[in-house]
Amino acid sequence: MTIPSPAVQPEFWMAAAMIAAIVLTSTAGEVLTAAAMKSIGDLDEIRAHSGMKGAILAVVTCPLFFAGLGFLALSFFSLLFALNHMAVSLVAPASASLTLVTNAIAAKLFLKENVDRRRWTSAVLVCIGVYLLAH
Amino acid sequence: MILGLVSVCTPLGDSCLSRGMTHMQAISLAHPASLIAAVFTPWIALGIALLIGYFASYLTALSWADLTFVMPAAGLGNVVIALLSRYWLHEQISLERWAGIVLITVGVGFVAHGPSLTERPAASDQTEAAEPDVLLEEEQVR
Repeated sequence: MTIPSPAVQPEFWMAAAMIAAIVLTSTAGEVLTAAAMKSIGDLDEIRAHSGMKGAILAVVTCPLFFAGLGFLALSFFSLLFALNHMAVSLVAPASASLTLVTNAIAAKLFLKENVDRRRWTSAVLVCIGVYLLAH
Repeated sequence: MILGLVSVCTPLGDSCLSRGMTHMQAISLAHPASLIAAVFTPWIALGIALLIGYFASYLTALSWADLTFVMPAAGLGNVVIALLSRYWLHEQISLERWAGIVLITVGVGFVAHGPSLTERPAASDQTEAAEPDVLLEEEQVR
């Protein structure tokens, strides 16, 4: 007698696909947004020089920012869609904790950030913590 | 201050969204327009307003710090909402969740002790090894 594994059930793949969609779109969005903000420079300094209007203008005239925003919007709607189909206790911890790790990998690869041992440890600790807390 | 705003707005906004979405009928991929309509219900709208506040603070933080620095720090929001529900709403927190709170706090403490920004174009590893205290002090000023 064989017991069917939960991994082969269609619900499992559906849930995995929804979570993967949230994680991938939000990682792309975060990395593009971070790249945009780095290219603009310190917003506090811009605000000190040219006021709030200047700071907002600097952000909304950056094409990279809108690319990031587009992916973040996609990620937001994927989240709404997933919340409507699955329990928040599964979607929120799974997507939040996985995004932390994929973001660290993407930041190292694309933004060339110095992700040292301290940051890896921190990302993994927060990742497990978020999962435990939201589960 | 900025990272504090990020930590408070995220959990509050998310819980508003979750509350709004679970009170709605199931949405199917065949009717994507119903997702747009969901944006205009009160709980979802309040959640979005809070998340806009979060986004503005988050962008400011990203303009002077690395993504891998801001992200774990923003994870502190989960601790904020757990502690709020414990002491304000008097909810019970299981041992598992206390473990989660401890792990996030330790993780954030860990990353906060490092430099907030990758040094360029100088060799960042050497800079960090040689002058971690200088960078730390600069961070604390913020």
